[in-house]
Amino acid sequence: MSMTATAGRAHADPHHIGVVVEHPGPASKRIVTAYGFWVFLLSDIVMFSCFFAAYAVLHGQTAGGPSGAEIFEQRNVAIETVCLLLSSFTCGMASIAADVRNRFWFYLGMTVTCVLGLIFLAIEFREFADLIARGYGPTRSAFLSSFFSLVGCHGLHVSAGVLWLLTMMAQVFAKGFRADVLRRMMCFALFWHALDIIWVGVFSVVYLLGSAA
Amino acid sequence: MTDQTHIHGERDLAPGQDEQHSVGERILGYVVGLALALLLTATSFFIAGTDLVWQPSIPVALIVLAIAQMGVHLVFFLHITTGPDNTNNVLALAFGLLVVFLVVGGTVWIMSNLNANMPPMDQIMMRQ
Repeated sequence: MSMTATAGRAHADPHHIGVVVEHPGPASKRIVTAYGFWVFLLSDIVMFSCFFAAYAVLHGQTAGGPSGAEIFEQRNVAIETVCLLLSSFTCGMASIAADVRNRFWFYLGMTVTCVLGLIFLAIEFREFADLIARGYGPTRSAFLSSFFSLVGCHGLHVSAGVLWLLTMMAQVFAKGFRADVLRRMMCFALFWHALDIIWVGVFSVVYLLGSAA
Repeated sequence: MTDQTHIHGERDLAPGQDEQHSVGERILGYVVGLALALLLTATSFFIAGTDLVWQPSIPVALIVLAIAQMGVHLVFFLHITTGPDNTNNVLALAFGLLVVFLVVGGTVWIMSNLNANMPPMDQIMMRQ
């Protein structure tokens, strides 16, 4: 990505080798914005990797409390996973609709994404509330602390994503498909897909490996 | 940058930005991605609960399936490809992955080493 503009054609061939480099000039704002957001997402993934590392170290330290195999319900996790996968798909449909400026499909895709995200959050919240009610809260053991912080952190990201989603719908409603709104929509889609990638790690490492071991 | 002689052929692509495809092709991309992701997820859940395969291979299989599914998401949903217009995105991803592997691998390695070399807690208590 070349962010510098060339002064003129004289600079394009400084060594007179006959190859004229046509610099396209500064990258468009859409590319710069999305690239910066991509770097943010990668740093977010690095942060999640710290929580994963903590969970990997602590998953056996149950301090006499329950182990993962005793408290995880695979049926709920499967439903959560399908919700997130489908919401990633509908989010993709909404971003295509935004690119072709089709309001109906945009609102429909975003609404379905929102509903699926809320179903995911409801299932996760019920799971957490159930565990805490049985006395298996994050204070029970080091394993449960790392479990609640890892899965809870992903849940917080999904909650933030749902708020962002509603903001995007409101912005499209109020401002239409302006260039800046489309850039935000692009960042939101990246964010939502990245959350899905993290969830793949969560359900594989925490739930499936946790109940297998 | 002005005295560089390598040639920028085309414009770069932002992450998440598709090349110039028609709407139908873009939707098809998401459908393929969703189908692959659902297939890999179903395999993961099936493998985790089955006793048809050799049990010690299950954790490795789950990790491989998870990495494969992350790859599917990156390619079909985030549109990170290996094309020349995607170099910056891939380089950033490579650096992110390096940090992730250092953090997770290093932590697990060091902590398991410490765990193996430390005497059990009751022995520490008895020495005091």
